[in-house]
Amino acid sequence: MKPKAKSPIFWPLAGLVALVLLNAVHDLGFLKITLLDGHLYGVPVDILTQGSRTMLVALGMTLVIATGGVDLSVGSVVAIAGAVCAVLLQGGHSLAVTLAAAIGTGLLAGSANGLLVARLGVQPIVATLILMVAGRGVAQLIVDGQVIIIKSPSFEFLANGFLLGVPFAPLLVIALYAATHFALRRTALGLFIEAVGDNETASRFAGLAAARIKALAYIFCGACAGLAGVLAAANIRAADAYRAGENMELDAIFAVVVGGTALTGGRFVILGTAIGALLIQTLTTTMYNLGVPPAIAPVPKALLIIGVSLLQSEKVGRWLGGLWPKKEAA
Amino acid sequence: MNTPALLELRGIGKKFPGVVALAGVDFTVRAGEIHALLGENGAGKSTLIKVLTGVYSADAGELRLAGRVIRPAAPKDAERLGISTVYQEVNLVPSLSVAENITLGRQPGRLGFLNWRAFRRRAAAALARLEVKCDVDAELGSLSVAMQQMVAIARALDTSARLLVLDEPTASLDEKEVAELFGIMRKLRAEGMGIVFVTHFLDQVYAVSDRLTVLRNGQLVGEYATADLSRLALVGKMLGREVSAADFTSHAAAPAVTTQPVLAARGLSRRGAIAPVDLALQPGEVVGLGGLLGSGRTETARLLFGIDVRDAGEISVKGAPVRITSPRDAVRLGLAFCSEDRKGEGILPNLSVRENLIFALQGKRGVLRALSRGEQEQLCEHYIKALRIKTADAETPIKNLSGGNQQKVLLARWLATQPAVIILDEPTRGIDIGAKQEIEQLIAKLRSDGLAVLFISSEIDEVVRNCSRVLVLRERRLTGEIAGAGLNSENLMHLMAGTHEAQS
Repeated sequence: MKPKAKSPIFWPLAGLVALVLLNAVHDLGFLKITLLDGHLYGVPVDILTQGSRTMLVALGMTLVIATGGVDLSVGSVVAIAGAVCAVLLQGGHSLAVTLAAAIGTGLLAGSANGLLVARLGVQPIVATLILMVAGRGVAQLIVDGQVIIIKSPSFEFLANGFLLGVPFAPLLVIALYAATHFALRRTALGLFIEAVGDNETASRFAGLAAARIKALAYIFCGACAGLAGVLAAANIRAADAYRAGENMELDAIFAVVVGGTALTGGRFVILGTAIGALLIQTLTTTMYNLGVPPAIAPVPKALLIIGVSLLQSEKVGRWLGGLWPKKEAA
Repeated sequence: MNTPALLELRGIGKKFPGVVALAGVDFTVRAGEIHALLGENGAGKSTLIKVLTGVYSADAGELRLAGRVIRPAAPKDAERLGISTVYQEVNLVPSLSVAENITLGRQPGRLGFLNWRAFRRRAAAALARLEVKCDVDAELGSLSVAMQQMVAIARALDTSARLLVLDEPTASLDEKEVAELFGIMRKLRAEGMGIVFVTHFLDQVYAVSDRLTVLRNGQLVGEYATADLSRLALVGKMLGREVSAADFTSHAAAPAVTTQPVLAARGLSRRGAIAPVDLALQPGEVVGLGGLLGSGRTETARLLFGIDVRDAGEISVKGAPVRITSPRDAVRLGLAFCSEDRKGEGILPNLSVRENLIFALQGKRGVLRALSRGEQEQLCEHYIKALRIKTADAETPIKNLSGGNQQKVLLARWLATQPAVIILDEPTRGIDIGAKQEIEQLIAKLRSDGLAVLFISSEIDEVVRNCSRVLVLRERRLTGEIAGAGLNSENLMHLMAGTHEAQS
């Protein structure tokens, strides 16, 4: 028996707070938020804005990981969706058509992954690795190997605009988090996803369409990646098929795992994922502030991931528990 | 005949956390003998085999091979000592050739270079010893399961084996293939090898073994010459009930009026699982599905519930033919199935008692019609009280509950769906006596409420006590039915052992 049940978001939140404090000690200006031309500016605002894309991808990834799978293709889907946006806007299509096409691209990619994993029983890593590798090629094909510049103020607004002085992208993502939370917890979908991840056989034997639930998680994840692709392209006003969404799958997986959802599936913590994504963005910003060269930046990230994985491992927990043995009730 | 013992195990004990798997077990195999190792689930057969082959090390007792004390610490040690094992599931690499599989791990050659000619020569010699005709260059995966099994045996014999352990080698073989395997076993016996043969099929025990050892609940029941022990006596020993013991007679009354069966199946079959079975369940009737382990009880239940796809047969619910191709179909038609594998196929270990309990009902209602938190808590409160489930509260993860209480939650999960038919596969396995009694009381209540119950159990007394009618399966075939006054443990055991024909 555990002494007390800790909230699953305790550790990621503690990590985020510690990191922010560390930055504030280093430079008090870190916490400063100013109002300029009726818009909010400051490092925390930047973190929210820049972290919104990872947050969005990680939202979809949470559900996939909760079913016991993983989606490595999200980074490539981001690139494809960005490429689709650029080509359509260049061709003079409306913003609505462009957005629909980008999200549709994500849905399609997610469906392909879902089909492979849920219906055909391919291992998630292998199934999504296919699209991860091939997807970059598809994106290059769409933009014909060029970096296409996007000149559309309304499109750019999605990533860099402000609504009532607050940056729009994080508002959009937070709204999506809230909507997803309600969609999962007000219906039985959240329970079903957790059940499939916890024990797929038992779920099926209890009369659940386990394959359909799994497929749905991949499709949702694809849609999130598609929208993140829109934000990524809007942010830099260009579709860069080569660099867009690069290593995003790893950041997203990191955010999910740090946020308290186990890679083995089962219980998911959506709020934890959001905090995890902000934690990783803060870490990136911190290293930028400390002048750590971008080439070395993955190392501290990796160390943090190892630390969190070890904290979650039962074996290590038992081993640590053995170092400080508790008195057992006789 | 008093040949010296090839293998002697004395006083073997093995404990796992919370379970005594083996306690003071003796086991002796002589050279040139086929020795069957028998027992129901949880008897300790596989633990004993694993101690013997070095997978586990025993906590107590000693092992002697040809008089010398041995302590195999790993399967490799055991192999070097001359103890070779062929497991039920073929443990080979399907994408490698037959020759590679036979010599894998002890490849001929030097300095890291392989001698391919020696490879083939050795493999061919090993196969020739078994008189098996097989291309040593063929890819293993392209061969039949039976042939793969032969290759596995050839591999086991490639080392200078003195003792061969066959762990349920016939589970996936058909009759002709079994006969071939027996031919090989007899040939090896004639060469002076000792063979340990684990099987669930009594016919096979009598066909090929010289002696047999029976285990039950981790303890030695006894060692017997096969020819001296009747089938009925053997079944009695495996189940822990002597034939002479006081007979239980059924207390369960048959349903008052025969109405239309709520669930009926005709010619239900699946190749390698169960030969065509007919059955019909009336409302308010508890029908037992009797038989030894591996007789096809669970297989029948899985076909009824749509877990496995049937090759042939029709199922009807309340007289109307239905299509059941998945558990989902079955649940929607008012069926429920409590699996014997509580951990693997029943509980959602990390989810709460509440979530586990409402799960099937919510699944039946679908994603959108979610039960409100209030409704869920009401259901939990009702069932925790009604079934006397011992749990701190409804939010405790189910994995923290004892086996009996987990089982009660799973029963509640199904009762909440208000099924017309409930299939209970070993509902009392691995739970304490008190919980057992409560579950039996519950079954009686379900019957009086008008549910049809299909009850599967290895415990004969339990079947006799709870059922008004018992269908008996043997070697994956429906072999008889007992009802009414004839339903007592002796008749049931005769049917299960296949000795009833000789009696009448």
